[in-house]
Amino acid sequence: MSTTDGNSVAEEETDAEESVDSFRTRARTWLAENMPLLPDGATNQLLAREDESGERARRLQRFLFDGGFAGICFPAAYGGQGLSRAHQRAFTQESLPYQMPTVFNVPTLSILAPTLLDFGTEEQKVRHIPAMLSGDELWVQFLSEPSGGSDLAGLITRATRDGDVFVLNGSKIWSSGAFRSDYSLCLARTDWQVPKHRGLTMFILKIHQPGIEVRQIKMVNGTGEFCQEFFDDVPMPATDVVGEVNDGWTVASRLLFHERDATGGGSPYVSGVATAVAGQDGQRSDLLDLARESGQTADPRVRQLVAEARVNDRVQSQLVERVTTGIRTGAFPLPAGAIPSLFAATNTERHFDIGLEIAGAGAGAWIDDDADRWGETYLLRQGLSLGGGSNEMQRNIISERVLGMPREYAADRDKPFDEVRHN
Amino acid sequence: MDLRLSDDQQLFRETTRKFLESTCPLETVRRLADAEPAGFDKKWWKRGAELGWVSMLVAEEDGGGSISGHGLLDLVLVAEEMGRLVSPGPLVPTNVVTAALARSGTPTQRREFLPGLVNGDTVAAWCLGTPVAGIDTAGGRVEAAPSDGGYVLDGVTGPVEAGGQADLYLVTIHTGDGVTQCVVPSDTPGVAVGPAHGLDLVRRYAQVRFDQVVVPPDGVLGVAGDAAADAERQLQIAVVLQGAEMVGAVNRAFEFTVEYASDRYSFGRPLASYQALKHRFADMKVWLEAAHATADAAARAVDVDSPLAAELVSVAKSYIGDHAPAILQDCVQLHGGIGVTWDHDLHLYLRRVVTDRSQFGTPGDHRERVAVAMGM
Repeated sequence: MSTTDGNSVAEEETDAEESVDSFRTRARTWLAENMPLLPDGATNQLLAREDESGERARRLQRFLFDGGFAGICFPAAYGGQGLSRAHQRAFTQESLPYQMPTVFNVPTLSILAPTLLDFGTEEQKVRHIPAMLSGDELWVQFLSEPSGGSDLAGLITRATRDGDVFVLNGSKIWSSGAFRSDYSLCLARTDWQVPKHRGLTMFILKIHQPGIEVRQIKMVNGTGEFCQEFFDDVPMPATDVVGEVNDGWTVASRLLFHERDATGGGSPYVSGVATAVAGQDGQRSDLLDLARESGQTADPRVRQLVAEARVNDRVQSQLVERVTTGIRTGAFPLPAGAIPSLFAATNTERHFDIGLEIAGAGAGAWIDDDADRWGETYLLRQGLSLGGGSNEMQRNIISERVLGMPREYAADRDKPFDEVRHN
Repeated sequence: MDLRLSDDQQLFRETTRKFLESTCPLETVRRLADAEPAGFDKKWWKRGAELGWVSMLVAEEDGGGSISGHGLLDLVLVAEEMGRLVSPGPLVPTNVVTAALARSGTPTQRREFLPGLVNGDTVAAWCLGTPVAGIDTAGGRVEAAPSDGGYVLDGVTGPVEAGGQADLYLVTIHTGDGVTQCVVPSDTPGVAVGPAHGLDLVRRYAQVRFDQVVVPPDGVLGVAGDAAADAERQLQIAVVLQGAEMVGAVNRAFEFTVEYASDRYSFGRPLASYQALKHRFADMKVWLEAAHATADAAARAVDVDSPLAAELVSVAKSYIGDHAPAILQDCVQLHGGIGVTWDHDLHLYLRRVVTDRSQFGTPGDHRERVAVAMGM
């Protein structure tokens, strides 16, 4: 494996590079001269929602790239800046008042790019990493399938070899923003006569091409971020295999590690304010705002609830730091990444519960349609507890692979996949 | 444990653990509970002091000194190890008072009191005669009447940890103009100790009464009427040490509960093979690591007197105070009936964390402090 994965990114500055202080000053000046300020009251999350096509994000990412501030922790050989996490943190802090292409953070730069760095050929890395950093390529992962969510290795989308190409047939689901994205890493079954983990291969797949249909899925709150894709005899060149043929599980496992790092808040490849996850920089204030706007800040019960949410957010970022440090120093095994992920998911559940409680009657019926809709937010309460590995899977990982408890019984273990019952 | 310990800190932690394991295993704790009115052996405390248990928050010129230059982070290691073995000894009150003297004491006060505390000959207790920093731990009140540049104290306070063993009291009171702190030797005329009870088997509490106790001008610590910041800092140190102690205690109980679940068979399978139980262990592991993380973050913030220290200390107390007892009760549940017997060690740990949870502010009290810190 390459040594350019997230864990080898230096924590602090080294003598060889620009000091964090000097970098910070340079970033501050550059941001002021080049990046548009966030309009009053807007967040990058809100702006991203209005930028469905991703064109705005691509333009902003291009600014960063041309200015030498894209991919701060990526190797210089692939268009990055080759700097430390401390440099990235400084840049993110300086970037808070500005519009940032946060859509590129997850999954393109924090999940797909590091997986390619770990397993891609030199040609693949040169072809795609700089294009991601310059805003030309948005990526998604094609892993989950309609036939099963948690049992990823039991997938049934097939890639059949035909000379220099593999031919893809099947369907993928829960890819976020696939409609606006350019490429994916797609995991497909290439051998049905071996146990499930040993017959998978990872491919680079161009999304918009004949034979691929992308459909947006309407969620309970009306949004259409998630997609389903249908593949009908799509040819994939053998040169687009990532890692070894039939060793796709190794690549996918690494991808999932990067995903946990990204959703848990530990990825060094996230720039600007992260995702919905609290705590990387600054503290979310939505509940405090709600309490203020509804005139409840003197209510002892509301004060307890708002403070509880702040406690959870603070502890979440402290836990991310602890586990990230622990994995890097070897004090924790890699699967310990599931610890902050589970914390983040249960914290989100609690956060939305508290919002629902403070919103009171207004969660179910309201007059001012511009106000935050805590009832609607609540409908997607389980989002983070399902995506990127359900809480139940995270609990299996923690108990089995961190605490060393016995593995769950599996009927398909060591059986050729074509003898296993599946959907 | 903080994952970023230096080699010296690592060595110090191991030395402390070995010392505690060899001199005060759980059987000794149980014996002290019955046989030792003070809850700890004074000669043993002095040996601990020689290892540095009371020197970390005192400057070298005053006879103290730390391992890493960050005394509180070193002391946290002791608190964690003591939590691990539910050790006796007035670690929190003695260090809080020692730190207050080291920070705000006059040269005379430092010379008079610090050597005995640092070398373990004397111990100290903190008497809250008034609510401090939003925390109303004081049972009772102590009133202070100005007198000849000093004060005359009247009233009762407590339960005070080590109130019956202390040679020296730090009394925090409200005087007309603000918070004032006094140092009062326990043999001062008018000072009396009354009984109080504690949940922990080896942690002793007492009521401390002040009946027309004269505090001369040189008994005032820091600036009269302007000691609120000092008292806040004392509270922060106390809560940081409590947090570390709870983390150490819960960590040990979790360890032996995981072992138990692996060794114990039901229906021909180890308990640890049942998913319903595995998932509970996973949740406990998350809470435990989160408790570690927030305890360390609070300690680092207080160590450098960060502007965020007050909030982060209360974040830690709120989180750990809620989750440490919850983890221990789960450990009891996973042990089955044996977990609620006297002979099993779990209750020693449960007693310790419930005590720590309840003293120097409950989680709810500390959430209120967080609300204030948020500008509510």
